[in-house]
Amino acid sequence: MSDTGVTPKSASQLNDEMLSSMRPPTKRWFILAFFLGLVVAWGLGAFTWQVTHGMYVTGKNRPCMWALYITGFVFWVGMSHSGTMVSSILRLSQANWRRPILRAAEAMTVFSITVAGLFPLIHLGRNWIFFYLIPYPNQRGLWPNFRSPLLWDMMAITTYIIGSSLFLYLGLLPDLAIVRDRSIGWRRTLYTILAMGWRGSAHEWSVYHKASTLMAALIIPVAVSVHSIVAWDFAVTVVPGWHSTIFPPYFVIGAILSGIAAVITLMIIIRRAFHLEEYLTAQHFDNMGKLLLMISLLWAYAYFVEVQTTWYAHEPIEWEVFQFMAGKYTLPLIIMLIGNAVLPITAMCFKKLRRSIGMMLVVSLWVNVSMFLERFLIIVPSLSHKNMPFMWNVYHPSLVESSVNLGALAGFALMYTLFCKLFPIIGVTDVRELEVRQAEVAMGRARLASIAGKDE
Amino acid sequence: MKMEKLTSPYKWGMVIDLDRCTGCGACVVACQAENNVGISDKKQISEGRDMHWLRIERFWVGEYPDVRARFLPVMCQHCHDAPCEPVCPVYASYHNPDGLNGQVYNRCVGTRYCGNNCPYAVRVFNFYTQEWPSPLDNQLSPDITVRSRGVMEKCSFCIQRIRRVKEEAKGEGRLIRDGEVQPACAQTCPSEAMTFGNLADHRSRAARLARSPRRFHLLENLGTHPSVIYLKGGGREHV
Repeated sequence: MSDTGVTPKSASQLNDEMLSSMRPPTKRWFILAFFLGLVVAWGLGAFTWQVTHGMYVTGKNRPCMWALYITGFVFWVGMSHSGTMVSSILRLSQANWRRPILRAAEAMTVFSITVAGLFPLIHLGRNWIFFYLIPYPNQRGLWPNFRSPLLWDMMAITTYIIGSSLFLYLGLLPDLAIVRDRSIGWRRTLYTILAMGWRGSAHEWSVYHKASTLMAALIIPVAVSVHSIVAWDFAVTVVPGWHSTIFPPYFVIGAILSGIAAVITLMIIIRRAFHLEEYLTAQHFDNMGKLLLMISLLWAYAYFVEVQTTWYAHEPIEWEVFQFMAGKYTLPLIIMLIGNAVLPITAMCFKKLRRSIGMMLVVSLWVNVSMFLERFLIIVPSLSHKNMPFMWNVYHPSLVESSVNLGALAGFALMYTLFCKLFPIIGVTDVRELEVRQAEVAMGRARLASIAGKDE
Repeated sequence: MKMEKLTSPYKWGMVIDLDRCTGCGACVVACQAENNVGISDKKQISEGRDMHWLRIERFWVGEYPDVRARFLPVMCQHCHDAPCEPVCPVYASYHNPDGLNGQVYNRCVGTRYCGNNCPYAVRVFNFYTQEWPSPLDNQLSPDITVRSRGVMEKCSFCIQRIRRVKEEAKGEGRLIRDGEVQPACAQTCPSEAMTFGNLADHRSRAARLARSPRRFHLLENLGTHPSVIYLKGGGREHV
């Protein structure tokens, strides 16, 4: 965004800079894509190995029937939250600093929910008949069980994939038209189809603004419900340590926490990779840091409430789970508490640290590692020490499970890398809309930047 | 399609007298032989992936040298409010009108959600493709599916035996008589610790035993209403 006193850039200059990610791929880009592709292939190989051999290649046992795959699932669903939440909340609250961040966040949502959606299928004992979970018409008149949280999951995730893709696409529409007008060859054909004949007439803009505001408002309840449903997978069971009424809000908060951290990480990477220092400024990191601080405080509160209730009640079966978790997984627990609460809450209080890119990278990465650990610490220790002490067992992650999780991470990164090359990663029209509205207003002798007109 | 109301004169249940259980493990073997339960080797058992539908939990009571072993045979409790049933997304785990907690192997996709939600941890998952070394493969029962890898299985109260007797009784136009059907474990138990029967029939042996003041359910606080009733043991021990 332009500062006061700087001559505004021309439209084409702005376009050039913001679309820099779409320049022809460099050698480094190819190397990165190839490397990510390799890791994805490794993950796929591990999955194939599991399908052909059996679930014994994982570390699961009785009673730890869910482990790293479901951890991955909850983690990626959580990641997918930020995009929507950040984007739609900031859109609705008309925070102007949101503009350069939106696209990155929305794309992240789509890709992470896609990755998340794969995990429940990967973890099935008989993946090849996954369609039994879908309510499709069949001769036998069989329906899936609508009382099962897994079915709610499937519905919620499908809804969220569709909703967030539409949300991303809607935001992309005017940008696709810009790109269409600037490209040649097969790309032009692609963008012509995708832009759906966008011309930028006043009527189109008015409809577009209404639609995107509506979409932003509609996607929030979807996002909240998706993670509540994921939490219900655990909360509605009778497993000690899972059966907790605070889980849905706690999971939603955790999801937003990991999501915001992931958006910060991606902002740093995109900023560096495509030289967008002028658009993703310290101000953006400052604001995101404040958001992170608030959500981290909320998370700490929810975590405290959950543990405190269990501790005070001291119900023996439940308390055993907590003790086992704290005893067996002390180090992950400490890393998790530092990463999710101590570090962000202390560091994000300081403007200097919020504006330091290095610090933001450390904090945001640590938050996400912690959130992964948090999910693991919820899922595995509870199952290890369930109600029957005779059937207690310990879970050790296997190579196959770790490989699939790694492959998922690489898959996400690969999709993102490809997306950056094919589509504008900065909301060009969004940013330019602000540029147009920005005017210098005389306040006494000083001239200050101001927003002219109502921002919708 | 007309929906018929499913009622049944049967409520199958089992009473296990812990005073009688010697922990010999004959029931475990009988169950394995009857139900085509996979044979687990040392490795699988140490990994916690054994396939036993029925296990004998052994507890040591007292301080050395005054130590006694206590045994608790645990199989599927066939809960009337079973936590495993509502969580299955494909109805592989269902409740039948006779009060049995059924498992449809063909329908199971292997989410293992039921296994997590079973507080008794009696559901076993086919992590491996089960193999029966010759000549054990010849003794596989034709009445029961051999489960493929990736599905969940558990004690069925030897539903194939119940079905067979039910057919016979139906042919003769009567109800199943008390003691006419027994699961393999109860049949084998040398000390007759296990009594199987129709709890809906108040005169059945199982129902009479179930009225004992020594009765209790496992994890009764969870409100699962199991069909397996234990009779408290250890009266002669100092606990």
